[in-house]
Amino acid sequence: MKGLAIRNHRAFASGVLFLAFAIFFFVTALQYPAGTAARMGPGYFPRLLAIVLAAVGLIVILGAMKPTAEAQGLRQWDLKGLAWIAGSVILFGALLFPLGLVGALFVLVMVSSRASPEFTWTGALANAVVLTALCLAVFVYGLGLQLPVWPSLLN
Amino acid sequence: MDLFHNLAIGFATAAQPANLLYAFFGCLLGTLIGVLPGLGPLATIAMLLPITYALQPDAALIMLAGIYYGAQYGGSTTAIVVNLPGESSSVVTTIDGYQMAKQGRAGVALATAAIGSFFAGCVATLALAALAGPLTATALLFGPKEFFALMVLGLILASVLSSGPFIEGIGMVVLGMLLSLVGTDLSSGSQRFAFGIPQLFDGLDFVPLAMGIFGFAEIVKNLEQDDKLSLVTQKITNLFPTRDDVRRMVPAMLRGTALGTLLGVLPGGGAVLSSFASYTLEKKLSRYPEQFGKGAIEGVAGPESANNAGAQTSFIPLLTLGVPSNVVMALMVGAMNIHNIHPGPEVMTKNPTLFWGLIASMWVGNLMLLILNLPLVGLWVKLLTIPYRYLFPAIMVFCSIGVYSINSGTFEVYEAAVFCVFGYVLIKLQLPAAPLLLGLVLGPAIEENFRRAMVLSRGDATVLLTSPLSASLLAAAAIAIILIMLPTIRARREEALQE
Repeated sequence: MKGLAIRNHRAFASGVLFLAFAIFFFVTALQYPAGTAARMGPGYFPRLLAIVLAAVGLIVILGAMKPTAEAQGLRQWDLKGLAWIAGSVILFGALLFPLGLVGALFVLVMVSSRASPEFTWTGALANAVVLTALCLAVFVYGLGLQLPVWPSLLN
Repeated sequence: MDLFHNLAIGFATAAQPANLLYAFFGCLLGTLIGVLPGLGPLATIAMLLPITYALQPDAALIMLAGIYYGAQYGGSTTAIVVNLPGESSSVVTTIDGYQMAKQGRAGVALATAAIGSFFAGCVATLALAALAGPLTATALLFGPKEFFALMVLGLILASVLSSGPFIEGIGMVVLGMLLSLVGTDLSSGSQRFAFGIPQLFDGLDFVPLAMGIFGFAEIVKNLEQDDKLSLVTQKITNLFPTRDDVRRMVPAMLRGTALGTLLGVLPGGGAVLSSFASYTLEKKLSRYPEQFGKGAIEGVAGPESANNAGAQTSFIPLLTLGVPSNVVMALMVGAMNIHNIHPGPEVMTKNPTLFWGLIASMWVGNLMLLILNLPLVGLWVKLLTIPYRYLFPAIMVFCSIGVYSINSGTFEVYEAAVFCVFGYVLIKLQLPAAPLLLGLVLGPAIEENFRRAMVLSRGDATVLLTSPLSASLLAAAAIAIILIMLPTIRARREEALQE
């Protein structure tokens, strides 16, 4: 079967993503009663959508294997940058209550700055100080948003 | 006249000193953030949402509208000065606007964009005011099956107009709708896809999702590509168009405004479609087609008028039918929900000061942008020289605080982190995120209307095709799909939507 090689790797992966989500939602939706078309239960519409998504996924997968499909590879992944950015957000969430806004913002700026290829300690530190001060002025004192400002140990 | 009476109510609201101030700050902040590279109106609005939380609903909406126009305008500025479209609706502006800037006519290009946007804004405000009444009346003719058909049409058009293959756009829409089902099912009260996590019972919040995908993931992408900004360095001196410029730009503005006003109303339409259509039209009609791509003033005047008109009239389906026609409008729904306003036909009757105040303040916002931007262009350009390594942590900080303050909870922060990873996967697979968000916002309403329609027809799905209104809406959707499948149109669409 020469014609069935994956030619468009990008589209193939997209199709697999659709199919995986479709299966996940369909299988989960099996727990919910479907009812009938006239009296739909909570499981009816999700199943319908999951079937449509699965069909779309299959069309995309088959399209990627057509002999006429445009040959396309997958793009290079930069997991390090992603890890610094996503990680800094998670840290912000985890540290907001124990360290307060001041500490959490400081960590957020320092960690996320590492994602830049042009990272310097002094630049990031200065940026962290400026941004933390700015946020305190705008959000806490200016707009009066309810945020824990200082580390909880100090309260 | 009803129209003028209503507009008078609106201007009375919009002209209150406090509201004027909010409109002003909205425009200022919107432009400030919108000018920054890689931040379109969506990310800008999402980022600035938290500062509107503390405001009264009408003030908050007025400010948000100001932010939206400001962001839109900021995008045009960067398109002209640094050849970097702040958002997709100013992509075409880069073609001739940047060329004008290279010829030392940046000031004229910016002035053209500002005047065109203002003129288009005035016309679109009137169109919005005039059409709101009749369209709201039409909404009363809509039953569940008509609403269902209208939303399907909107989603299909949104996939047609997104970049990349159409079928993948549809996949994203459906995936978005599936994600929208997370949480409590309103009809039965049972939990779906929540896996016992109490924070998910209310569903996936739109804002963390949008921030994760359009804020955080976008930053990761921007950090990967170290493209140098090609800043036009010469001073912007002359803002005034010559007599010849005026002669050429006025008709382009008129056509662009007309086109944008019409296309903005379409579900799935809006600013992006309008600007592309206008550019094509101007190039076709021009007596100097050879100048396009080399600094033709029509290539700035037309699309810039069209995208502003489209941006404004895309509020029409949202405010009258409750159907957001594009992602920015979808985010507006989220913002309104925070203030307990549910866009739809009832807003106009139940809350006329808010409704007309919002419309009037759109005009006020346009006026402010005109006054604000021309003198401040120098400042906006300076902003672009801030290195990205200082800029992106600032974006991270504002987004994180914004996400936290939706519910004063850290769950949303983690949610945004998860969608940052998901958004990165989408970027790598070149899947369009806009249809996903639109599906997410429209999902619950589609399910509800579908269920109701089926209850009324006792489970007979053919009723969707026998009612004339829903049949014609679905037929329009089918035609859009057939058109997109035609090879010639497909090729042209790929050309037009290429980034």
